[in-house]
Amino acid sequence: MSKVAVKEVKLKKAKASGKAKMYNRGAWVYALPAFIPLLLLSVVPLSQAVWTAFTDSVAGFHVKVSFIGLDNFRRLLGDTLFWQSFKIGITWALSVTFLSLFLGFGLALLLNQKLRFLGLMRVLSLVPWAMPPVIVAIMWNLLLRPQSGPITELFTFLHIPGAKTDWLGDFNTAFPTVVLIGAWVGMPVITVSILAALQGIPTEMIEAAVIDGANALQRFRFITVPAVRAITSALVALNIIWNFSSFGLVYVLTAGGPGGKTFVPALFAYNEAFKYGNFGYAASMGVVMALAIIGMLTIYLKASKREDSQR
Amino acid sequence: MSTTAQNSSSIPVEKKKRKYYLIPTYIAVIFYIIFLGFPFIWMLSTSFKTPYELLQLHHSIIPDGLYWQNYADIIHKRGLINSAKNSLVIALMTAGLTTIFTVPAAYAIARLRKIFSGLATGWILISQVFPVSLVVIPLFMSVRRLGLLDTIWGLVLVYLVASLPFALWMLKGYVSSIPVDLEEAGAMDGATSLQILKNIVFPLLIPGIVATALFTFLNSWNEFFFALVLIQSPENETLPLTLARFMGSEGQVLLGPLAAGAFLATIPSLLIFGIMQRKLASGLLAGAVKG
Repeated sequence: MSKVAVKEVKLKKAKASGKAKMYNRGAWVYALPAFIPLLLLSVVPLSQAVWTAFTDSVAGFHVKVSFIGLDNFRRLLGDTLFWQSFKIGITWALSVTFLSLFLGFGLALLLNQKLRFLGLMRVLSLVPWAMPPVIVAIMWNLLLRPQSGPITELFTFLHIPGAKTDWLGDFNTAFPTVVLIGAWVGMPVITVSILAALQGIPTEMIEAAVIDGANALQRFRFITVPAVRAITSALVALNIIWNFSSFGLVYVLTAGGPGGKTFVPALFAYNEAFKYGNFGYAASMGVVMALAIIGMLTIYLKASKREDSQR
Repeated sequence: MSTTAQNSSSIPVEKKKRKYYLIPTYIAVIFYIIFLGFPFIWMLSTSFKTPYELLQLHHSIIPDGLYWQNYADIIHKRGLINSAKNSLVIALMTAGLTTIFTVPAAYAIARLRKIFSGLATGWILISQVFPVSLVVIPLFMSVRRLGLLDTIWGLVLVYLVASLPFALWMLKGYVSSIPVDLEEAGAMDGATSLQILKNIVFPLLIPGIVATALFTFLNSWNEFFFALVLIQSPENETLPLTLARFMGSEGQVLLGPLAAGAFLATIPSLLIFGIMQRKLASGLLAGAVKG
């Protein structure tokens, strides 16, 4: 290439980037209408939701709504039933998240190996995700029927003690059973995402580690774990959010029972709003739930960041 | 030198060991296959069993025959067709409208100056934290004010609100993966911004748009909570509502039709997942990884 040609190319490039900048500068005018739906359909209703928490809004038409400040929250502080439900919600969100992470991670590790039945497992691992939550709940309800369900039958056949337990109706087993079903639902997203990260590890890296004499445990510790760290943090954060406010699965499985053992806060707020009609009060519960989620995420993200900086 | 010799000799040893090492792995594989697959297979098998078969004390996973009456029963007698139609209309409308609204916004967020995209991304993340049980209250009131309570359109509006932020997030990831250089090259060749969008960005974005639309469709098809709150009359019910009601009232008696209905309701989701497979997950998290 001659010097002139190089100069010409440079000139062209300079011109191009200038034009691109110009075109970017003008773009926000075009982009404004794009944000209008977001503003109208997301920012406005969510702000209204928060506002409702500070009012005495109730169900029914033409009822005067007035601002009552923190009254709802003050009342909520003394509502022991809500805090019971709140505690259940946090236990539920954390146990489902970490159980599905554990199970999903294991499955991803298996799917990343050269094994038989891989095709079958890949398809199967997506099935729970593809199913509507209500269907999942119906299906597990049928499976767990205390008298004649197949799980009772299997456990009786295997002579497992307590085989005839009414898993969803018993005080002691209802919550763990619902958590297990929640993890069944939550596994696929985790499996597929972690599997993608695992497959991004270059084979040469593992081969080199083998040659250097690293055993399976060391390879896991120093290659696999760092490779999936980022995606795992994102997954845990998302799952905590999703699970803490999940509703459909528990509603159809147990409707909060037995004896309120599975009464997650989403159910509680739903009852408050649409059974008793206390919109403002229910909204204040929602705000507290949102704050709890933010709190859990902050703690979790800080902890995972600290772990990162220690390494 | 001696270390190399040691290492090269250790590799075949490990290869020989492999077979034993795999035994627990296969036990785990079998556990997962049963755990993931059995509930679904059992539901499918139940949907083909006669009422007499279902009353038996011992169940087999393979039904005696294919008893289609369960399907006929749930389709004809229980208004499932009407609910399926409602669900389909709602999910299609939601997916379509969400796509129309998010494509320009996602492009703007991905390409615009930091302040705008930062604000919008921040909002998307914040909106994810709001529990549905909070969001539903003002939505319920708005829908009531519009006179759309207990209508399909009211539900479409609500689903639009619910799906917009996440769809935006997903699509933003896809836009970011299109190199800006391509657009600059277009600008260099004298294309107007509209031409650039139409001829360069849009064709490259189609896979992302399809993925986002399918994801939104699926979420609306599966949604339960908003439908439970906003829909009252049976003729406006969506599929999950009808099936849940069915479960509560008479499901214990009518196992076969219930299983049949549940299987039918899962078919669209299975199809979509068949199409999208792993692309779905990478798309879902594209926004997360690229920031």
